[in-house]
Amino acid sequence: MTITIKDLHKQFGKNQVLKGVDLTIDKGQIYAILGPNGSGKTTLIKSILGMVLPDKGHITVLDKPIKKQWKYRKQIDYLPQIANFPPNIKVKELIHMIKDLRNSPSAEKELIDLFGLGPFLDKKLSTLSGGTKQKVNIVLTFMFDSPLLILDEPTTGLDPMALIRLKELILKEKSNGKTILITSHIMQFVEEMADQIVYLLEGDIYFKGTIPELKKQTGQTSFEHAIATLTTSENHAENTEI
Amino acid sequence: MLKILKYSFYDLIRSRWSYVYFLFYLILGFVLLFLNNDVSKAVITLMNVIIVLIPLIGTIFGVMYYYNSREFTELLLAQPINRTSIFMGQYLGVAGSLTMSLVLGLGIPFLLYGLLRSDAIFDFSLLLVTGSFLTFIFVGLSFVIAISNENKIKGFGYAVLLWLFLAVVYDGLFLMSLIVFEEYPLDTFSLVATMLNPIDLSRILILLKLDISALLGYTGAIFKKFFGTDIGFLVSMAILVCWTGLPLLVLGYKAKRKDF
Repeated sequence: MTITIKDLHKQFGKNQVLKGVDLTIDKGQIYAILGPNGSGKTTLIKSILGMVLPDKGHITVLDKPIKKQWKYRKQIDYLPQIANFPPNIKVKELIHMIKDLRNSPSAEKELIDLFGLGPFLDKKLSTLSGGTKQKVNIVLTFMFDSPLLILDEPTTGLDPMALIRLKELILKEKSNGKTILITSHIMQFVEEMADQIVYLLEGDIYFKGTIPELKKQTGQTSFEHAIATLTTSENHAENTEI
Repeated sequence: MLKILKYSFYDLIRSRWSYVYFLFYLILGFVLLFLNNDVSKAVITLMNVIIVLIPLIGTIFGVMYYYNSREFTELLLAQPINRTSIFMGQYLGVAGSLTMSLVLGLGIPFLLYGLLRSDAIFDFSLLLVTGSFLTFIFVGLSFVIAISNENKIKGFGYAVLLWLFLAVVYDGLFLMSLIVFEEYPLDTFSLVATMLNPIDLSRILILLKLDISALLGYTGAIFKKFFGTDIGFLVSMAILVCWTGLPLLVLGYKAKRKDF
């Protein structure tokens, strides 16, 4: 098991974001973490990364508890949601810097070619457009060879060509036996990529399973509608068995 | 930590504001030397400017840097790096680059003027040393304020208030208390009150080295008696070191417990 989470609680002020999440993530699969805005997706991911410190609960990554640890992050490549980099440095220097900080072998050259970032290498980050910044962000995430990938809204701002490249890249990493966690609001993207769906609602896991299981449970034929049914059935308070 | 420091430092010394800050001191240094034609007087004027300006720039720069690099800090937090190293590296980067602007900006004109042949070299070095201390102290304080406040506007507000309090209000309160309690012996009180504020402490330290303490009257004599000695000087320096260290302890404590 790549990640195990037991009874995870987190509260921000009066707002209880995670209410006892239990989750196991198995090796070599793509998990999509879904849920309405404010359901605790990012908090869950950040707890795994050790950026948010849980009030209660236990997390292990690659069979080791992560509390007060930081070296385990060497096993994780994380793509943050908003890519906002130091404005005064060049793309080339940022890539060099992250490489230097992680001190691991990296394969940035192919990725730079893949996303056509060559002409931007000598530009300062403040001059780049949102989509280009996201491409840089992707290069920074995928250039290392870590067993665990966490992608927070990876499709933001990408043009269709880059999106296709990104999908190919994710599938390639999966075939290398990596475990991948994705959050996204683009259902079509999730349907294409994910093996397992983890649906968070109000701080707890409301559904976990494959897409066919989800469709069967909700009685919907399209994935998008199945997810929408999950969200609205809460209002009728009838669907409690998972 | 050294890597973070290196990159923060490079990032900052290439920003426009570092140059503006550096050029400001450069011009100030040249103008003062050529208008005054007297190193000692120039040092006094510089002290008056520095003692107010450094804390202000240090606080504003610190808060600004922290908030501007928030997303980047998040990127770093996801890397296999210890939290404390990230914040210490950034702090040293900001404080280091500001100190460099100060030392180079003032150092160049003074060196060209012939400082090394003048007697004022010790006074001048003391000016730079206290200036550097003030930079580190106030950048540290501003980092603590910024890390404690998610809201940028609040963070800026508190930072400016802190500066205003230590640079202006504190002296006012100090003077008022001297007037109100003038019947009582206030030697120890004024000594302690001065020591508790790094800005006042720096000012007194420099003034007393400049041999104009006769202008300070009776209290000046007490100050001279205390700060003028080697022990007094060492105690003052120790207090400045404490002032530098304290915000860092708080910063480390906060950094370990914060959610990002």
